[in-house]
Amino acid sequence: MTSAVSFQKASRHFGSVRAVDAVDLDIAPGEFFAMLGPSGSGKTTCLRLIAGFEQPTSGSISIFGERAEGVPPYRRNVNTVFQDYALFPHLNVLDNVAYGLMVKGVGKAERHKAAEEALSLVRLPGYGARRPGQLSGGQRQRVALARALVNQPKVLLLDEPLGALDLKLRENMQEELKSLQKALGITFVFVTHDQGEALSMADRVAVFNDGKIMQIGTPEDIYQRPKTRFVADFVGSSNVLPPDFVQRYSGQHRWGSLRPESIRVGRAASGVTSGEGVSARLVSTNYLGATTKLALDADGLRLHAIAPAGTALPAEGEAVVLTFNREHLHLMDEPA
Amino acid sequence: MSLDAAMPRAKAPAILPGSGGLRGALSDLFWRKPKVLLLLMLLPPVLWLGIVYIGSLFALLAQSFFSIDEFSGLINRQFTLKTYGDLFQAANLDIILRTVTMAALVTLASAVIAFPIAYYAARYARGRWKALFYLGIMLPLWSSYLVKIYAWKLILAKEGILTWLLAKLHLLWVLDAWLSLPIVGGNSLSVSFTGTFIVFVYVWLPFMILPVQAALERVPGNLVEASSDLGASPGQTFRNVLFPLALPGIVAGSIFTFSLTLGDYIIPQIIGTSRLFIGQAVYSQQGTAGNIPLAAAFTVVPIVIMGFYLWGAKRMGAFDAL
Repeated sequence: MTSAVSFQKASRHFGSVRAVDAVDLDIAPGEFFAMLGPSGSGKTTCLRLIAGFEQPTSGSISIFGERAEGVPPYRRNVNTVFQDYALFPHLNVLDNVAYGLMVKGVGKAERHKAAEEALSLVRLPGYGARRPGQLSGGQRQRVALARALVNQPKVLLLDEPLGALDLKLRENMQEELKSLQKALGITFVFVTHDQGEALSMADRVAVFNDGKIMQIGTPEDIYQRPKTRFVADFVGSSNVLPPDFVQRYSGQHRWGSLRPESIRVGRAASGVTSGEGVSARLVSTNYLGATTKLALDADGLRLHAIAPAGTALPAEGEAVVLTFNREHLHLMDEPA
Repeated sequence: MSLDAAMPRAKAPAILPGSGGLRGALSDLFWRKPKVLLLLMLLPPVLWLGIVYIGSLFALLAQSFFSIDEFSGLINRQFTLKTYGDLFQAANLDIILRTVTMAALVTLASAVIAFPIAYYAARYARGRWKALFYLGIMLPLWSSYLVKIYAWKLILAKEGILTWLLAKLHLLWVLDAWLSLPIVGGNSLSVSFTGTFIVFVYVWLPFMILPVQAALERVPGNLVEASSDLGASPGQTFRNVLFPLALPGIVAGSIFTFSLTLGDYIIPQIIGTSRLFIGQAVYSQQGTAGNIPLAAAFTVVPIVIMGFYLWGAKRMGAFDAL
């Protein structure tokens, strides 16, 4: 099967800055694909390479099997939802949505009908006559989405589309985007720096750092079995354990990771110290509602644990014993 | 500890006492009633503009409703529309038509030349190149208007550098062919409407470039990307996104180029034919001819034309993107 998007050793260098460096990537048709990474990691440049705003300095990119180098953005059947939406301020909402059809020469009645349908798809029917300036951030986001979808693109690119929305709206939009993608069957490529967003929405996630892909896999893969310290730390702030520490529990001298929710915190005085546990001191507690995040100091090693709401917790500064299931200790590929 | 020593917290009151005196009282008053300060700052310029400038303008306009006694040359201070009727005499109508056509052509040419320069400055020029751009645009404005016009007279004269250059390039026949055309032609460029046009465009061009550049500067770069992303070719992006968004700037610039050309009387005097423009007509009517009412009526013409121009621009939606 041909990939929706395929990178072969694709690089984009700006002078000495390697924004994207020899990236290999295959995105399957109909997939919801997330590019996750800190700012400056090259994920947005990758998106711009697919859209055609940037050209690779070396390597090749193909979209549904067709070579895309040197093809201008307006000849690619790929549409983008921009980070700040980039709605045309001089056009009303309907003409914004119909823009792609207008430049393709679709008649006025037909394109307005299609635009109206696209607006209902994003649950903004009847907003056509308004100006973008009269809409809220969430509504602009939907208009930008409708404007891209009305062209029935082969690939839809989303550049941090939820970044400017508040938390509640963001959660709603996450669900909506996901169901929209399922219903339309269009390949979505989604750029975000929010690991929660990437894990909850995507079929597969690529974690970027320094212009390279650190790991590609399903959200479970990325979260449960990070290959490198960077991935473990960036995706869900896992506890990264040094080789010496790991050797004591697994016998192997390798970097390890342990999810905060896998750590159980018990009182040192409770007498169950069977030599199993790690003695530590509770530094601080952060109440997060459903859970409480605990910062622990195990002989200089800073660890985090998450306890569900309602658990009786030791006081800050108290000595505690940490226990965990050894199966949860994940060994990383990265050499010690 | 050292912080406490520097700012003894216990002794400081929660609310500081007023600094007292007239200055303190004024500061407090301006803070409580910001409009008082605004009023004080705006009063002098508003008085100047309102009374001295607008007032004298209305005094001039009032003159246009008087008439001149053709035998005695005295002004008859009675309301009449006769002077306006005089504007429609063939000779006067000719002057108006000539001036408006010239102003329209100068505006159009300025817009066409200014757009690429403004586009480059707004989208590509950074740092020192931007400074160079501003310097290049503003430098001609710092030198005397008359010096520039006389310099152009030398450039455009029959013995001037342009003729010399075209002769070297064996292209003199192009110039001769152009000069042999009716209306736009003449003995040399410096005594033709073409010469007047070239100098008008040169002198007013900065007034077009700067507003267009400011308008383009406000167009976010990602709108151009979005347009391209949605399938628009560069030409379509220009027509559908860049041009409409730059239009307020072009209109602002064209107000300058259009109205300045309508009113100028020095450029056509020095470079051009003996046929008059509105500015020259006003100048000669109020000076040598002593016909103040007709001069006043002539000055009303550009005001009315600009009024219609702005009304039309607004209807076209030129200010929608502001």
